[in-house]
Amino acid sequence: MASIVLKRVAQGLLIVWLTTTITFFLIHAAPGEPFASLLEDPRLTDEMRAATRARYGLDRPVTEQYVRYLRAVSTGDFGDSFIHHRPVVAILGDAVPRTMLLMATALVIGFAAGIALGALQGARAGSWFDRLTGSTAVLLAALPDFWLALLVVMLFAGTWLPVSGFSTPTLPASAPMMTRTLDVLRHLILPAGTLALLIAAMVSRFQRAALIDILPSAWLRTARAKGVATRSVVFRHALRNAFLPIITLGGLAVPALLGGAVFVEATFNWQGMGSLAVQAVGDHDYPVVLAVVLLSSAFVVLGAALADVAQAAADPRQRRA
Amino acid sequence: MPALVALGDSPLAGRSWSAGRLASSLTRDPLFAAAACTLLLVALAALFAPWLAPFDPDRPIDMAARAQPPSAQHWFGTDTLNRDLLSRILFGARISLAVSLLSVAVAMLMGTAWGAIAGYAGGWIDALLMRVVDAGLAIPRILLLLSIVSLWGTLTMPAIIVVLGFTGWFGASRLVRDGVRASKERDYAVAARASGATPFRVLVRHVLPHALTPMLVAATLGVGHVVVIEAGLSFLGYGVAPPAATWGTLIRDGRENVATAWWLSVFPGLALAITVLAINVLGDRLRTALGGRQLPAP
Repeated sequence: MASIVLKRVAQGLLIVWLTTTITFFLIHAAPGEPFASLLEDPRLTDEMRAATRARYGLDRPVTEQYVRYLRAVSTGDFGDSFIHHRPVVAILGDAVPRTMLLMATALVIGFAAGIALGALQGARAGSWFDRLTGSTAVLLAALPDFWLALLVVMLFAGTWLPVSGFSTPTLPASAPMMTRTLDVLRHLILPAGTLALLIAAMVSRFQRAALIDILPSAWLRTARAKGVATRSVVFRHALRNAFLPIITLGGLAVPALLGGAVFVEATFNWQGMGSLAVQAVGDHDYPVVLAVVLLSSAFVVLGAALADVAQAAADPRQRRA
Repeated sequence: MPALVALGDSPLAGRSWSAGRLASSLTRDPLFAAAACTLLLVALAALFAPWLAPFDPDRPIDMAARAQPPSAQHWFGTDTLNRDLLSRILFGARISLAVSLLSVAVAMLMGTAWGAIAGYAGGWIDALLMRVVDAGLAIPRILLLLSIVSLWGTLTMPAIIVVLGFTGWFGASRLVRDGVRASKERDYAVAARASGATPFRVLVRHVLPHALTPMLVAATLGVGHVVVIEAGLSFLGYGVAPPAATWGTLIRDGRENVATAWWLSVFPGLALAITVLAINVLGDRLRTALGGRQLPAP
């Protein structure tokens, strides 16, 4: 068990290092000077430009810059935002918890709903309920996330559920904690609901397939032969084992989730990592963009590693690997 | 000796499915038929957009009126500059589909080359190349695209195609690599090597054809994915440069007027969703039809 964790941590670090390297070369392969937006100001004298280049180490050889970049990133230093003139880390400190709140809510609701729906479908495979909800899920999964979000905005605009933002801007910071929390939760309902709907559609398909795979197996037949009720067979015995693919799915779905969060955040104006990245791209504020990319890949690696470890914890057969 | 090589030479040797059998198993499926017909219609609509479009997609009908709701004259209504939305969707289909198909072609070429080298070489080359693939898969694609746009600035259409292709080959390369590894030690490959074929020839003529079957499914589903990604990039405002309208830019226009003109976001989105759904059904059915009949691991 410990060796699996260690192996996964080593693999994860390797991947994060590789993504860091890829982003470094992305910067250096870009046409023109990477810090052009800082340097092209016509009011700057040549000396000031040289000073700026020296300050960011741009006058050093690429290999040295690469080592410096790795060292900075590994200590969590992503530099300063070109636009906000604040450390990127401080900006992320505001945005990341909001994205985590959105994703965690959507994940919990989406997985709970998806697992329940998939189990019901799998237990009654071929019934009208299975076919109706199944085709609805396929339909939902094919809908572009940003378009679904837009439809939700269209449907709910003007109702008491806010379709934009993270909180009510007019609410004073001095308002009671309870009021402010409820305000954020009210803003959370639609974006989290949209993401959860997409997650539930995907999870239910996997849960249904996993349950159908496992229902004919010998030990379940034995349980049934010994007189265990169908409901109990499905919910106590089968679901537990059909859970394994879902754990993997949860870990592997992180990239798709983060991608979906970008669109959902942008559409609902939820001020998280996704909105931040989209905004920063428009501002050519690429220290922020790259920090979001690196952080996301770290989340992805973490998700995959956690899924592996959870798999090993849930299924003793995999601990030998 | 030549006879032996000739036997292994046929790309169909060793495959247990045939195009004819695949076609007959698929045409009995009504859902597949519906999806195929839908895609055919979308493709024809894109191809013949200049003849089918009732109006000029870029010219305002009447400067005074703007954003008219759907009517007998303008089936899908008009946009804020009073251009016919149906015509714009038809023309948008050309760019959306062309960009998607070409970028998937780029991705498949890259993925095949990368995966073939990794799978055939094995050892540390394989390990290194596959770790790069892991890293590529670890970055959410839309964020990778956004960071490229932020560094490169506005992208022309060929640049978009290349960038979408270069960010979409990771999964495919893994499929090819697994396929190549599975077939490179099989009898026909060993025979070809024994008869003196160069490694390149063995790989391209004898091993690779067997590894490409799953790519058919990957490419189909890849088109469905990239249509959405391209539209999403345009939706965020970083897609194909403005004068050309893709489905994504049309939905973006609709978003700005979501409270006043529902048709502006609903119709382009429907076109996108129907196309993606049809592609997904097609890919799914292809997978089922080919499933289990792909080369088994040795």
